[in-house]
Amino acid sequence: MSDTTQTGPVLAADGTPLKRSLARALRMQKIRALMLIAPLLLFVLLTFILPIADMLFRSVENSIVPDNLPRTVVALQDWDANSGEIPDEAVFTALAADLKIAAEAKIHTRIGSRLNYEKPGISSLFRKAGRRVKKWDIEADGPFTEQFIKIGKGWGDPEVWRTIKTYSGTYTNGYFLNAADMQKGPDGAEWRPENEQIYFTLFKRTMFMSLVITVSCIVLAYPVAWILANLPARTANLLMILVLLPFWTSLLVRTSAWKVMLQQQGVINEVLVWLGLVADDSRLQLINNQTGTIIAMTHILLPFMILPMYSVMQTINPTYLRAAKSLGATNWTAFWWVYIPQSVPGIGAGSILVFILSIGYYITPELVGGTKGVFISNRIAFHISTSLNWGLAAALGTILLAVVLLLYWAYDKIVGIDNVKLG
Amino acid sequence: MADGANSAAFVEFERVQKSYDGENLVVKDLNLSMPKGEFLTMLGPSGSGKTTCLMMLAGFETATHGDIRLGGTSINNIPPHKRGIGMVFQNYALFPHMTIAENLSFPLEVRKMGKSTREEKVQRALDMVEMGAFGGRRPSQLSGGQQQRIALARALVFEPELVLMDEPLGALDKQLREKMQFEITHLAHRLGITVVYVTHDQTEALTMSDRVAVFDDGRIQQLAPPDKLYEEPQNSFVAQFIGENNTLEGTVKEIKDGIALVQLDDGELIDCKPVNVSQPGERTRVSIRPERVEYNKGRLQEGAHTLKAEVLEFIYMGDIFRTRLRVAGNDEFIIKTRNAPDVERLVPGQQIEIGWLPEDCRALDA
Ligand SMILES: Nc1ncnc2c1ncn2[C@@H]1O[C@H](COP(=O)(O)OP(=O)(O)OP(=O)(O)O)[C@@H](O)[C@H]1O
Ligand SMILES: [Mg+2]
Repeated sequence: MSDTTQTGPVLAADGTPLKRSLARALRMQKIRALMLIAPLLLFVLLTFILPIADMLFRSVENSIVPDNLPRTVVALQDWDANSGEIPDEAVFTALAADLKIAAEAKIHTRIGSRLNYEKPGISSLFRKAGRRVKKWDIEADGPFTEQFIKIGKGWGDPEVWRTIKTYSGTYTNGYFLNAADMQKGPDGAEWRPENEQIYFTLFKRTMFMSLVITVSCIVLAYPVAWILANLPARTANLLMILVLLPFWTSLLVRTSAWKVMLQQQGVINEVLVWLGLVADDSRLQLINNQTGTIIAMTHILLPFMILPMYSVMQTINPTYLRAAKSLGATNWTAFWWVYIPQSVPGIGAGSILVFILSIGYYITPELVGGTKGVFISNRIAFHISTSLNWGLAAALGTILLAVVLLLYWAYDKIVGIDNVKLG
Repeated sequence: MADGANSAAFVEFERVQKSYDGENLVVKDLNLSMPKGEFLTMLGPSGSGKTTCLMMLAGFETATHGDIRLGGTSINNIPPHKRGIGMVFQNYALFPHMTIAENLSFPLEVRKMGKSTREEKVQRALDMVEMGAFGGRRPSQLSGGQQQRIALARALVFEPELVLMDEPLGALDKQLREKMQFEITHLAHRLGITVVYVTHDQTEALTMSDRVAVFDDGRIQQLAPPDKLYEEPQNSFVAQFIGENNTLEGTVKEIKDGIALVQLDDGELIDCKPVNVSQPGERTRVSIRPERVEYNKGRLQEGAHTLKAEVLEFIYMGDIFRTRLRVAGNDEFIIKTRNAPDVERLVPGQQIEIGWLPEDCRALDA
């Protein structure tokens, strides 16, 4: 033992400070542990963290304009966008010079597409101008103002120029404004006209329907989980297979099956008509609307609710209920005051799982949602694969991510995240 | 059972049977009658049906046959929450999502008591188990012994006349268990409640109870106060189960004047008190408590039968000596002697003669 009267840091047997020799001893262990998880870490980094970072970046990135129209951007700095007049000849000359290079690199259409997101029509202006500009001699063929306007009337519209000037920075909040149904007006951000506001509605609908799906899952899953948790293990395992069975069937097959079930000429309507509960000429509209999405998604996400609930309920000792009854509680009081509170971690875990899965859900709403029942994710997919407006898709995705994190935070504040048990 | 027909009986089991699976009787024929205020312990090996009896009394299991009465009325058809029986569970079953005060308040709340009454009673119950300052904590923030006290307080807070406890001290260490045994008995006597207590720790049963019911194989083997149980076991199961016991096997030769002459299997003769042997020729197991065996000739009665014994092992245990002997072919014959100045310490290999008073040597069933 070291001398107990000694002051200062505790020393190991060889005289090095104990802290340092402990750290050294632990380092090897840490390195080994790190090596074990390295493949996973790398995988997550490459396939998850980096794409998310890329998405966040894309949602504000706008370098295509300043990179390819450098002269125009500089020339436009002196132009007052609110003057109501088009810029002077210097700007047009700069544009001609920029466009000529861009057109030779065949990049002018991409600039056009980018700006077209902000003001429809710009794409064709750039396409046509690019074709002509290639033949011009920038030194000799000026002035260009008239020539541009002759190619496309739009070049004489100050609004077009304003759009170019507004989106001439390397970074832009334009995608986010767009995603929030806003645009950049003459005096900063403003709401889009009522009939063009779609994203806010979509976000609201996504939230609302996810909530409805989560609540229906809770209502349907609770009794199932309860029965499973209270059956003898053998029977419970057998029934568990039935719960898991949907997982073994392709998502597409299941969704298509719902199409068959829910159609107006589908199984459910036929049965209802046959039973006389519904008149033949007023068959229920169960698909291609919100009802269809809610029914199909509740079914598909149900196991994600049952599993955590079941695993939590399994750990609730039945003597708690007995204790409550011995203290004078009726079956119902005992269940409500003693059992349900203890199963909250399971409800919480299931709800988080189902809610987060459903606000990002894509296939099912796409197939059974029609136009009224689609989610924000369907819009994101549209911008990624059809309109190719990746910036907007990224902005929408970022907002979605932020909403999820916000809800997660709120859940933590209200229920407590350590109150969540997945097993 | 002498007081079986006692009309003042508070808790009564009459010919109660219980089967879980329709094939085996877990409780075979239970007859039991307890007066008010008694502390009765059910003691028995694992699986002997103690918990089952308690659960039938509490209402969580139904008796397959027979009648259970509380205060003279049959409770077979009364649901558990209307029986008004306090219960302490083995794992305490304190509700983990409630504070201690809320746990105690629960039985009062379901009885729709006012807030001020509730608070007062909860505080009184907490003070009673010396846990007054812990009302705001959660069960998980208490030690095992503290949780045990809270469980006790919760079972008592609504002032039941009957309290059932199923191995409430099973999870505690020895020292704490002894302390709690003492506290529970004191509390029970002070409040005048009737207690049915289940344990498979015989020391616990002997020290705490007014009467002990020894269970085996779904039956009460003996129901008696602790001293009787220890000194006068009615059959060889009880003799074996309660305390340390020496057994010698033999055949009854004759029974005369309340003394049975038993011939042990190696031919030696001894005098015994016949307990459940009645005729010569019957096989018997003779039971002698280790502390009633005497090897000091001077203290033996005139004319008492003695047996030869060889000392196999001598264990010094501080207050007592424990000596293992070979007697009549039995290598596990134990004797205990108090550590006193005049007591001779035996040495392994030593040949001695041992004897006892005939009334300490009980001839039981084989
Ligand atoms: N719910 C049940 N279903 C079927 N059999 C049961 C059930 N509960 C108990 N048993 C059986 O009944 C018998 C008596 O059980 P019980 O729990 O009453 O024993 P115990 O005396 O309390 O034992 P221990 O000291 O181990 O607690 C055992 O054989 C047990 O296997
Ligand atoms: Mg038991």
